[in-house]
Amino acid sequence: MTPHLPVLAALFALAACAAPIPSAEVSDPFEAQNRQVHAFNLGLDRAIRPRGDAAAADPAPPSAGAMMLSRAGANLGLPSAAVNGLLQGRPDDALANVARFAVNSTVGVLGLFDPAGAIGISARPGDFGQTLHVWGVGEGDFVMLPVLGPSTTRDVAGRVVDALIDPLGQVVDPPESYGLAAVRVRGRIADRARLGGTIDSILDESADSYAQLRLAYVQNRRFQLGQTGAAEDFEDPYAAQ
Amino acid sequence: MQRNDLTRRAFVAALTASVASVAAPASALEPATARGLVDRVLADVVPLINSGQTAEQMFPAFERIFATYADVPAIARAALGPVARTLPAAEFAAYEGAFRLYMARKYGRRFREFIGGRIEVTGAAPLGRHAEVRSMVEMTGWAPFEMLWHVADVGGQPLFFNLIIEGVNMLAVERTEIQAMLAARGGDVGRLVQDLAQA
Repeated sequence: MTPHLPVLAALFALAACAAPIPSAEVSDPFEAQNRQVHAFNLGLDRAIRPRGDAAAADPAPPSAGAMMLSRAGANLGLPSAAVNGLLQGRPDDALANVARFAVNSTVGVLGLFDPAGAIGISARPGDFGQTLHVWGVGEGDFVMLPVLGPSTTRDVAGRVVDALIDPLGQVVDPPESYGLAAVRVRGRIADRARLGGTIDSILDESADSYAQLRLAYVQNRRFQLGQTGAAEDFEDPYAAQ
Repeated sequence: MQRNDLTRRAFVAALTASVASVAAPASALEPATARGLVDRVLADVVPLINSGQTAEQMFPAFERIFATYADVPAIARAALGPVARTLPAAEFAAYEGAFRLYMARKYGRRFREFIGGRIEVTGAAPLGRHAEVRSMVEMTGWAPFEMLWHVADVGGQPLFFNLIIEGVNMLAVERTEIQAMLAARGGDVGRLVQDLAQA
């Protein structure tokens, strides 16, 4: 880990610079560049997922194969989520993720099935962006990443750190690690297919798909982090009249 | 605890059509009253979903359901933003009608994707003068997710004015969408109304 320390320090500095912002607002100083990246992502998405009228008319439920790929990809994220659970002072969640990874990687055939879920061991989401939030770092500025999509400066820093501290990355070397990466990518593509129509409708039917993606990402992320739900912080359409 | 078969989009679609009163809420709403509203919405929507009709065929029934249970005028007004206050009554009425059509098509279109989901109302609590009803939605292949219903007392009857799924709230989504459409048309509400009705 030692060679990574300067990188970590730089990322912390970057994330820490970003001051917290009031709710319902999104800081987006890179909007012009972000919109260019979004246009690129949109073209890529349409290239790998051609739109058809048939799919729009009568969407099919996710196939068993797609769900297996999705599960296998998500399974590989559990060790990293466990590490972040520890970093956030949630050892019980870390333990649940370790147990889930152990059961589903073995009995669940490399994560293709979910016997752990059947006995009540659910995944406990954890990433380093969340850890930074727990440590008091604000979300920073909105960033649209090539291929990966919407994020914030804090969550970009989190992604980089997650890649560096991933226990799987420490114990698995090439060429096996390429296989793991391929499983993750296939999982993401399967997720995209499962969400099919919903994401298509945001990307293709919005007047401003960039603004909708930004809104959905930031609102959902704040929800994940427990930043929403305060009784005084809700949209009241009657208050402004 | 009430458990019903239902779909995610059904709820969102439940906002699609309403000709309810535009009166502002006057008094604080009892959470139990709000919960009663959500129970009635589910009791109407579940048989409709299980009727085996296509989404298109269900539109009119959904419009009736939502006319009864959602405050679409308030949602339409919030989506349009400050411009709404400057519009003559007739022009706002035209916009509101177009908005209702737009919502029905937008949320009805993807409706069938969510057949087979189940919802459980888990509680209700005060939300300022309004009330928040909490529910959990379970769909095959996905982790259960939370959906919140924000309900107001509008002229003496409970109507819901917002739905929040995992933090993403419909009022904000529609405000973003309608204002982007308006900006793309140079602020011309007349063209917005035309295009909404045909969207």
